[in-house]
Amino acid sequence: MTREEIITQVNSLLSDEFEVDAATFAPDANIRETLQLDSLSLVDLVALVQQTYRIKIPVTELRGIQTFANLYDYIESHLPAA
Amino acid sequence: MEHRVVITGMGIWSCLGTTLDEVRDSLYTGKSGIAFSQEHKDAGFRSALCSTIAQPDLKPLVPRNLRQFMPEEAQYAYMSTRQALENAKLDIDYIAQHEVGLIFGNDSTAEATVNAIDKFRDFHDTAACGSGSIFQSMNSTVTMNLACLFKLKGINLTASAACASGSQAIGLGSLLIRNGLQECVVCGGAQEANMFSVAAFDGLQSFSVREDQPSQASRPFDRDRDGLVPGGGAATVILESYEHAVRRGAPILGEIISWGFSSNGDHISTPNVEDPARSLELCLKNGGVSPDEIGYINAHATSTKIGDAREAQAIARIFGDRRVPVTSTKSQTGHEMWMAGASELIYSMLMMKNDFIAGSLNFENPDDDTACINILPECQEVHFDMFLSNSFGFGGTNSTIIVKNL
Repeated sequence: MTREEIITQVNSLLSDEFEVDAATFAPDANIRETLQLDSLSLVDLVALVQQTYRIKIPVTELRGIQTFANLYDYIESHLPAA
Repeated sequence: MEHRVVITGMGIWSCLGTTLDEVRDSLYTGKSGIAFSQEHKDAGFRSALCSTIAQPDLKPLVPRNLRQFMPEEAQYAYMSTRQALENAKLDIDYIAQHEVGLIFGNDSTAEATVNAIDKFRDFHDTAACGSGSIFQSMNSTVTMNLACLFKLKGINLTASAACASGSQAIGLGSLLIRNGLQECVVCGGAQEANMFSVAAFDGLQSFSVREDQPSQASRPFDRDRDGLVPGGGAATVILESYEHAVRRGAPILGEIISWGFSSNGDHISTPNVEDPARSLELCLKNGGVSPDEIGYINAHATSTKIGDAREAQAIARIFGDRRVPVTSTKSQTGHEMWMAGASELIYSMLMMKNDFIAGSLNFENPDDDTACINILPECQEVHFDMFLSNSFGFGGTNSTIIVKNL
């Protein structure tokens, strides 16, 4: 997947799952605030990434994912080789 | 001091409709809510009959982060409880300032549990279950969700008593009000209607196999009955002390006169006669009610050979030759299980308030065991002011409630 494809797909998934308009997503926006994630729904973000890409996000790594760009980066760098 | 317990609101989400008016009309016209499910058949069910229930759209009503905690049965219960609170004229401001309790009957969360465990096994990671799974898969899921959504501050309890759960919930709620421990309690029953919840039940060969005639499959007390049909949905009643209802100007629909209960202490699935009969007897005694005062009996009868036979004999033992009209609304709805005690109380209330008794569909011929009671096969326009509702469940749990018209 190209980075553009990842961004498009991730935005669509997040918009569907958390019911927030993808037009409000910006690479530097805070992902927790934009998606209104609390400590419980943050687990759904982890589950969504795991179920879609089979990529596990450990808690220590999750702390580093603050923006949408951080999430795209994480997925791009952990995608299994095609 | 004992307090009188009155019903001030009702709400229903069932295969007979999703409003009280719709359900009243379905009862009156003898509509069947039962259908053949190809999904069940393809999955390997022996009997693919089930009730057809509208799926509520909660998206405009409950935010995503709260909806995430709600399995199917909690969604049904949310819809029935919204209606009941509105029906009782209990708004969010009043609830915020008063202690309103909550007791609901529920006895399974199969689909939520299956979904969570499937993800866990697939990904070998507990986080894959998602945030809602634990809250969806606990047996108290209905009460934990409703209490948070409606901001209820009184007792918060799930009653698990198999197919008597809804009735026991109403019995418990009425007891708390009668004793002055609560002034208002939201009571009801909820039943998930997905195939995971009843697959093992189908495995017991308990369901009717009359798949080519879905509307004729549930035939309580009839000679040719061959098993039950699983149903689902949710039903809510608002119970209050009479003083509380009068004080806030609530509509008063009926009065819970008494609750009776018993346990068979016997076989896990085969009922007997004497212990269900004790539940009826105790209910009459607790309310100081003579059998002559009962104008209608809403039977538990699910359309199984032994269950219907034993209940008929239990009713006959208590009511003798009085010929009180008896029907089973499960002939229209199938067996609504954890919800049934609450929904059938509402069905009976709708009949009592509208002067009719819905016919027991498909009752064509009694057998030697069921000929001892007066089963009405067709709808009758008749006035009555007091009814008795039976609910019996696996493990031999029995619950009976008597309600009076007000």
